Amino acid sequence: MNLGRRLLISVPYGWLVVLFLIPFLIVFKISLSDYAISIPPYTPTLDTSEGWSGFAAYWSKLDFENFVFLAEDSLYIKAYLSSFKIATIATFLTLLVGFPFAYAIANAPEEWRPSLLLLVILPFWTSFLIRVYALIGILSNEGFLNQFLMWTGVISEPLVIMNTNAAVYIGIVYTYLPFMVLPIYSTLEKLDGSLLEAAQDLGCTRISAFWSVTVHLAKPGVIAGCFLVFIPALGEFVIPSLLGGSRTLMIGKVLWEEFFSNRDWPVASAVAIILLLVLIIPIVLFQRNEQKQREQNK
Amino acid sequence: MNTAAPFEPWTDETATPLIEFSNVTKRYGEFTAIDQVDLKIYPKEFFALLGPSGCGKTTLMRMLGGFETVTEGTITIDGVDMKGIPPNKRAVNMMFQSYALFPHLTVADNLAFGLKRSNMPKSEIDGRVEEMLRLVQLQKFAHRKPHQMSGGQRQRVALARALAKAPKLLLLDEPLGALDKKLRQETQFELMDIQEKTGTTFVIVTHDQEEAMTVASRIAVMDHGKLKQVDTPDRVYEVPNSVYVADFIGDVNIIEGQVTKVQGDTAELLWGEGKPSIRGMAGNNLSSQTSGAFAVRPEKVAIFTEEPADRHNRVTGMVEDIAYLGNMSTYYVRLENGALIKSQVANDRRIAHRSITWNDTVWLSWTDTAGIVLAS
Amino acid sequence: MRKYSWFNTVSLTFGFAFLYIPMIILVIFSFNESKLVTVWGGFSTKWYGELMQNDAFLDAAWVTIKVAVISSTIATVLGTMAAFVLVRAGRFRGRTLFSGMIYAPLVMPEVITGLSLLLLFIAIGLDRGATTIVLAHATFSMCYVSVVVSSRMASFDESLEEAALDLGCTAWDAFKSVTLPIIAPAVASGWLLAFTLSLDDLVIASFTAGPSSTTLPIKIYSSVRLGVSPEINALSTLIIGLVTIGVLIASVTSKRSIQKQKRDELLADH
Repeated sequence: MNLGRRLLISVPYGWLVVLFLIPFLIVFKISLSDYAISIPPYTPTLDTSEGWSGFAAYWSKLDFENFVFLAEDSLYIKAYLSSFKIATIATFLTLLVGFPFAYAIANAPEEWRPSLLLLVILPFWTSFLIRVYALIGILSNEGFLNQFLMWTGVISEPLVIMNTNAAVYIGIVYTYLPFMVLPIYSTLEKLDGSLLEAAQDLGCTRISAFWSVTVHLAKPGVIAGCFLVFIPALGEFVIPSLLGGSRTLMIGKVLWEEFFSNRDWPVASAVAIILLLVLIIPIVLFQRNEQKQREQNK
Repeated sequence: MNTAAPFEPWTDETATPLIEFSNVTKRYGEFTAIDQVDLKIYPKEFFALLGPSGCGKTTLMRMLGGFETVTEGTITIDGVDMKGIPPNKRAVNMMFQSYALFPHLTVADNLAFGLKRSNMPKSEIDGRVEEMLRLVQLQKFAHRKPHQMSGGQRQRVALARALAKAPKLLLLDEPLGALDKKLRQETQFELMDIQEKTGTTFVIVTHDQEEAMTVASRIAVMDHGKLKQVDTPDRVYEVPNSVYVADFIGDVNIIEGQVTKVQGDTAELLWGEGKPSIRGMAGNNLSSQTSGAFAVRPEKVAIFTEEPADRHNRVTGMVEDIAYLGNMSTYYVRLENGALIKSQVANDRRIAHRSITWNDTVWLSWTDTAGIVLAS
Repeated sequence: MRKYSWFNTVSLTFGFAFLYIPMIILVIFSFNESKLVTVWGGFSTKWYGELMQNDAFLDAAWVTIKVAVISSTIATVLGTMAAFVLVRAGRFRGRTLFSGMIYAPLVMPEVITGLSLLLLFIAIGLDRGATTIVLAHATFSMCYVSVVVSSRMASFDESLEEAALDLGCTAWDAFKSVTLPIIAPAVASGWLLAFTLSLDDLVIASFTAGPSSTTLPIKIYSSVRLGVSPEINALSTLIIGLVTIGVLIASVTSKRSIQKQKRDELLADH
């Protein structure tokens, strides 16, 4: 019994330590190393044959030089700020599309709701990459959006959307919409209809009842949805790389290029560490929101 | 109640009703929820809508609140036709079954919710909230959130919120349904007290007949969208107008048979070949030579070990079961024709009726005015 | 019941149009005769034929499926164990770290997960290839599986297991004959989730794949970077079709079993 329990704990625990925790520590360590033209492309490397003195020599060569570099080179600061801006705007746009969508599903006849939800989730199961690819055909200069708009006569020249930040916004809204719709839907669905009736009974019109009750009570779902979109959007790589232009700066893309094109592993690692530090704030806020919701449900 | 003249506006031809349903019908597609209802409710009444679930009582009440539209007929409140008037434009407030307290607002903010949306000046709102808190004795809880309160406290907040705007009419949807029995009984009297203090007309929906009997000035017993009987609690209990009402309100013995004689207030029912007929009061629209049913309450059936020769109504049978309830005992007596009759006897003496036990042959009897003969 | 307002109808229509029109157009143009992806040149299935001839895509598809099956199976076993630890094991040393390690990968940007695993594989001298992708995918998928399974287990009545033990089962027996059948739907959907996550992953696979083992997403990505092509449309259509059928079957069967259960309960009541 006790042995079984120990085994049960130690197998997944060990797996995660080896394949999640240690790699993470390695990233941290390499971010303190220096770039070198060698294999692996960084110094120092630990020479275990020299025992303690080797370790001490190794330790003394680690420094925060890369972080200083990141702080001094405006490219990185701009990339962080621009990621933040893009993720924020895209999250807001997703909310704008997602809230009425979730609201409409929650208000649909009960027997429709499972099917409608399935239709929202279905794209999420199909490949992320394919969905981004599908958008290229819509947004490009000869794409269907431009064809359609020119056909209706709204515009005479094709709009340049592809390879701009606008395309990135559309891409994020498109791919992350289910993450916004589902949590909002689940709070709206739980909403006791008699609360709205009570508000009307006490003198609200339908619209003011919506603002003072529905929107208020959907807040936890809205917050959860926003974080679920914002957090992955901040580190997004595929969307800016395929839809954005060369001037679209996002930190995920910078990291990728630093690693694969420049082969500067220490700087890439430092970029990763900072990205994580930036992410900790929204993640903690998200956790707190979830916790609060769980307590209120009790 | 203890004023000189009894409060009975429904007997006064000149009284103006607060609410008037005329020929109101409500259909959902094929289903008829309310079927041609005519009803008058008077100011300051405590009116109960009573019936099993699905009988239409809640629909009827929600029509007053403006949450359901009327398919046919009209509803007037204070002489004004309510057609097309939304809930927020009616001088009617509702206490919801789930209480519907806004979870994101404190108790005080819940109470102020309606006031802020009325013409009441800001300066007066606090005073009114304070007054309502005092009315339901929750002054200490003004800054709590609903989920930090007990069920009974929430119930009082819901009541206070609905009363805060001083509506002409208060609707209560199963207001005590979520409370346990002891608390419910206490709260019933509190409700009556508050109703009297505020002078508001109350319409309450309930499926609990004891609750309706306790609080209401009049009760409407409903079934399948129709009003079966609208009357004071004592008349609904003592003079039910149908087997349905007799059976729904309280405990009752029903004996089916043939009506043999209807003479003024009394009627007779033949319930078995070669047996003396049963005599009781005559119900509404009763005619001779039709099938009918005799209804008598168990507490009006006396039990004897020897034949009470001086009584007209007497039957004999065997004690099948005895339920000892503390303050009283119920004897279940099986008659020769198979019918089971209950007799309820107060245990006013410690060893009373110990002489009667299982399988004893006993006699049951009741007076000529104890039961009622109803058309079936 | 309130009437369904025009506002809701518009929101629903717009929402679904937004979600589905790009994919529908993609599917339609996979049957385009012309090489242009935006101008219709008549119906043809030739791009599917060419796809079938393209060894690079077929090899990548085979690697992808192998990796997905193996990694999602490992992830399901580890994730179910982890769910047990989270819900049942009670207190033990390092529990906070453990639950942290379960939840962190869910919010970790893929670029960081990929980078860190790559650095690990280099540090321990493991050659990059299908094996390293499997390890990487199993690691982040197990966290998703454990979240899915533990949420089912949290609503699981523990007295059922106690009853099994009381009736003479060993702990393993009780797990096998009582717990597992009850949590099986959650385990199955956990596997399915892990499988699609693995099929779908580009970023982590790009970091951990070696030159000899390319997965389909990597292949698609590098070809999409060069521009849209009808062949990719055809490939995407196949993937969308397979996923749609799979999800529909899964949801219909689960709906059926729920309906059956409801009907049985109803019958039993009467």
